[in-house]
Amino acid sequence: MKTIADLQLGERAFVKEFRQEDLSLKLLEMGFLPGIEVMLDFVAPLGDPIGVQVNGYCLAMRKEEAATVIVEESI
Amino acid sequence: MKKNPIIAIVGNPNIGKSSLFNQLTGLRQKVGNFPSVTVEKKSGPWMLNDATEAVVVDLPGLYSLYPKALDERVVIDILANPAHEDYPDVVVVVADASNLKRNLLLFTQVADLGLPVVLALNMLDVARDKNLQVNAVKLAMKLGVPVVRINARVGEGLDQLKQAVVQQLESPKISVEKYYFNPADQFPELIDEVKRTNDISNNYLALHHVQQHDIFSFVPHEKRVAYDKMIEKHGFKESGFQAAETMHRYAVIDGLVKESVKTVAEFLVKPLWTRRLDEVLLHPIWGYAVFLAVLLVIFQAVFTFASYPMDLIDAGMASLNDWLKQQLPEGALTDLLTDGLVAGIGGVVIFIPQIAFLFFLVSLLEESGYMARVMVIMDKLMRKFGLNGRSVVPLISGVACAVPAIMAARSIGNRKERLLTILVTPLMSCSARLPIYTVLIALVVPSTAVLGFFTLQGLTLMGLYLLGLISALVSAWAIKGRVESAETGYFVMEMPTYQIPRWYHVGIAVWDSVKSFVTQAGKIIVAISIILWVLATYGPGDAISKAEETIQKEQPKLTGAEMENAVAAYKLEHSYAGHFGKFIEPAIAPLGYDWKIGIALLASFAAREVFVGTMSTIYSIGSEADEDNGTIKARMRAEINPKTGEAMYTPALAFSLLVFYVFAMMCMSTIATVKRETHGWKWPLIQLAYMTVLAYGLAFLTYQVLR
Repeated sequence: MKTIADLQLGERAFVKEFRQEDLSLKLLEMGFLPGIEVMLDFVAPLGDPIGVQVNGYCLAMRKEEAATVIVEESI
Repeated sequence: MKKNPIIAIVGNPNIGKSSLFNQLTGLRQKVGNFPSVTVEKKSGPWMLNDATEAVVVDLPGLYSLYPKALDERVVIDILANPAHEDYPDVVVVVADASNLKRNLLLFTQVADLGLPVVLALNMLDVARDKNLQVNAVKLAMKLGVPVVRINARVGEGLDQLKQAVVQQLESPKISVEKYYFNPADQFPELIDEVKRTNDISNNYLALHHVQQHDIFSFVPHEKRVAYDKMIEKHGFKESGFQAAETMHRYAVIDGLVKESVKTVAEFLVKPLWTRRLDEVLLHPIWGYAVFLAVLLVIFQAVFTFASYPMDLIDAGMASLNDWLKQQLPEGALTDLLTDGLVAGIGGVVIFIPQIAFLFFLVSLLEESGYMARVMVIMDKLMRKFGLNGRSVVPLISGVACAVPAIMAARSIGNRKERLLTILVTPLMSCSARLPIYTVLIALVVPSTAVLGFFTLQGLTLMGLYLLGLISALVSAWAIKGRVESAETGYFVMEMPTYQIPRWYHVGIAVWDSVKSFVTQAGKIIVAISIILWVLATYGPGDAISKAEETIQKEQPKLTGAEMENAVAAYKLEHSYAGHFGKFIEPAIAPLGYDWKIGIALLASFAAREVFVGTMSTIYSIGSEADEDNGTIKARMRAEINPKTGEAMYTPALAFSLLVFYVFAMMCMSTIATVKRETHGWKWPLIQLAYMTVLAYGLAFLTYQVLR
């Protein structure tokens, strides 16, 4: 299954569901709602963390955290 | 209307909440603590009209009323507790207009608690750059509460904000739809039972009692047990319900925003300047190069630029001391005032330039949005040592003072990474060690030029700082396997758009840090200076009062100044401090130290900045007052080792002392802070133990190898 951690730079996808309940509560509050479009904005120099554009702003997260968000190409 | 209503400012981080607070209160603000927690509380007066002076309280920034970080907890602890002394009469929710949906999440939660709210739309200029047009009038009609457009950076819209707050105080308008989210829709019986048994009238407040009673300081244990029983009885699922709440709120917000925000914006593109700067600052090579350059500027400022005002302060205090000695009659009281009190105050004031420079630069970096980038590029490196990208701020701040640095570790969400950061931050050489370093280096390292640009002394100093940094990283790496933590934390962090720092805000941050250093650390330093003077002046038995007789009997040939010197030295040796120093001398002799250094070590156990002051007290007690080599350096250089007959301060001894001070945990304020931050004595004691072992062992090695 594809997650945010699998996105290429500049690639877009839609949030589908979460694998980790605790983190999902935090991400929901930050605007990662099922069905919302996200884009991989930057990858830090050493490959981790990454920056994800959502809802008009950029959220940095570690790759292991990004791997808990399952995405799909289209709704 | 109340005479002194309380106005709380609530909002997401990085959206100008503190700027608004600064605009409203300016320098009249006070920094304190919220009762029973150690979260910093900023409050200040705001004149609403001739008869009403409100108290504005700036609450920590957060994204929702379900707190993640420790600091955030205080917000719900206050807003859910009408009996709290800071419970607000009106809440001003500051929102970033360029990111309205996410900001309205918090707004709808606060409004649902039944508190009178005012929505202050900030950062409209950023919204305009993103091609967003926010219609405040339409939004106000939809929300049913006053909505005010402000520009917190320059202070626009404050009059309208004042009017809106007064209006909410005089005739509170609660939002039109009773609840944006009503928990009683799904769990009517549970909500009803909570309200009935706890005398609560608001459904959403009742929900927070159910969801978060474990972190509410005002809920007694029996109540918690009762809540847990209710949860079980009604089959309530905490996490699932919280997720449903958030999604429901976003759905409602979508409807609210549809009519009041016009956009032609592409929603997944960063503003141009932020994109361009990120290309450089997050670049695999340039990113680190810029960070290194920034660090160099910080060190240059703290050590070079700050030395000018520090020299002035040093000279000023010295001449004040001389002047007082000349003006006042000789006697114990004068000595207490000059050698005890004035010397002690001088030891505090001297650090102000360094602390001010450091906090100026750190808050500049935070204000501009650059610090978030540093955390991102450092995260993976720091993780190798068991730390976190966010550990960078505590470690850098540790160069000035470990106390604020350890408190800054609160932003680290992961418990284990936070604990490790706290444990190793005191190894960063703080500004209190700097005078010790400079005095000892000047004593034994020649100022030979190296490569034309550096001096040997400067390189030695840099080496000591590097030693501190490397030990901090290695210690973290060594400890990380021994710390267990079931609790997981997240790195998840908003990347703010870059902005030009608000100078006023930076200035206030500097002022606050200097003020708290002077009042907190200052008290300890002055107190110890005085105690030390007393211990060094008086002693057990009558050895001190008979000092002159004894010396005359033993060395009848001495006259004048030599005589006085011998008497003073004899007095010191037989004072309480002298006995103390002699008592521990066997333990520190392997490191090369004598009883005089022993006194200074003991005194500086409370705060290491006391060391230099103590040395000057000890050596000034034992020498003439009018000589021109009156500086501490000259006195130490003149000190003779009675065993060898040569200079006491050999390179071996000086380096042994230097290494000792790099590692030793000699600061009561830090120990107290760690105890507060980790809720117990376990970690501060472990920290004290491991640092003391390192200090003693490595100082021993240094002395034995070099001598």
